[in-house]
Amino acid sequence: MSDLVKNIFRLFVFILVQVYVLNKIPHLHRFVIPYLYFLFVLWLPFSMTRIGLLIAGFGCGLLLDYFTNSPGLHAAACVLLAYLRPFLITLLIPKDTAEFQYREPSPRAMGWAPYLLYVFILTLLHHSYLQFLELLHLGTFLDFLIKVLATTGISMLLIIIVELLFPRKMRFRTNTS
Amino acid sequence: MLNIFLFIRRYITFLAFLFLQILALWMLFSYNRHHKAVGMGMAHQFTGTINKQVDRLDDYFHQGVENRRVHRMNDSLLNLLQSNFSIPDTSRQMVVDTVMVDSTKTYRRYFWMGAKVVYNTVNFDKNYLQLDRGSKMGVKDQMAVLNSDGAVVGQVVNVSANFSQVMSLLHVQSIVSASLKTTGESGRIRWDGKHPGLISMEGIARNVILKVGDTVVTSKYTYNFPPDKFIGTIASVSSDPATGFYLLKIRPAVNFRNVQQVFIVENLMRDEQVQLEKETEKKMDQQSKTNR
Repeated sequence: MSDLVKNIFRLFVFILVQVYVLNKIPHLHRFVIPYLYFLFVLWLPFSMTRIGLLIAGFGCGLLLDYFTNSPGLHAAACVLLAYLRPFLITLLIPKDTAEFQYREPSPRAMGWAPYLLYVFILTLLHHSYLQFLELLHLGTFLDFLIKVLATTGISMLLIIIVELLFPRKMRFRTNTS
Repeated sequence: MLNIFLFIRRYITFLAFLFLQILALWMLFSYNRHHKAVGMGMAHQFTGTINKQVDRLDDYFHQGVENRRVHRMNDSLLNLLQSNFSIPDTSRQMVVDTVMVDSTKTYRRYFWMGAKVVYNTVNFDKNYLQLDRGSKMGVKDQMAVLNSDGAVVGQVVNVSANFSQVMSLLHVQSIVSASLKTTGESGRIRWDGKHPGLISMEGIARNVILKVGDTVVTSKYTYNFPPDKFIGTIASVSSDPATGFYLLKIRPAVNFRNVQQVFIVENLMRDEQVQLEKETEKKMDQQSKTNR
């Protein structure tokens, strides 16, 4: 499967899981909203151009927005993720992208600790921005803080579970590809 | 000129980021204000077809409950049938005068049509339902939506050709005017975005006598909802010392988690009522000008 087909397939799986499972199950508490769909943006290949990342992030967010009736909300957060992702990767792993042996960010490609840090920072950013946009409309600052921490916690848990359940078999980058 | 191109080429990523960010925020804020967004109609067609398929699967898990509810509803309707009642005295007859123009003739105020909920959430601050009827079937903005027991679910905010979006009572922007069934005092129903099992009612003065368990129904003064439809019962009473109004918590009659079949109710006289109100305002304005 080529990268493009794989990622389009992934996008639909993430969106469907988010819309029909995670948004519909009774939440533990109104502060604990399980978000997982943005893992799509985190899993995009290293080789993508930065503009490509931005467009993919925007598309992913907007698709979810059309399902949840909040056009622009998740799109804005995902665009922010996609913009900051390359900076964070170069910061955590100071290597040229061509030197990577793996195609996508994964625990195996980056090592567990840097990968978890990478996921944690971007998750925190995503939720802070999302909740900040909601805060503008209603809510208090305390609500905002608790919500960000609670959603980040549940998202990290979900992401670690996903990583353990689906260890992606990453192909080595060969000279021909 | 060359410098501009160089500048754009250098900062193209940042500019693209800014552009997409502003586009997203613009969509968000314009949607929050008047529930319209770019491509929303087309998106509803798309999400609607997927939602419908998922809902068909989902239906299998609720069929038992839904069946019992419909059966109960049928039961209450069958009890109203004419054939259940016998007329005790056949010698007396009611004669109705048949004048051609009859000023007591009834006319239809509300039209009910059935619809199916295809997507529904209760977990967010702004919860919407999606129904499988749209402008093709005559659904318009601001029509009332009641569940199969006749209790208030919400109102239509956006319509595409085959689907419609409903703002449920569990939406922080939703305001429904309601009244107490016992005394007829009217107030407003809102939701604070906290617990899906409790909505709040405001605007009831503290001299009104009420108690926990009293019924709250839709007000007679609203254009969108048919009057005297069940909203919920009072769950707790507390008073706001600053304003002299009660703070009432209402337990909604609808279980928003499993709304399946609903009715969309159209007020056939709505346009006339709204127009009358506007014209009255205009008239009063003119009068106050001429009186001066």
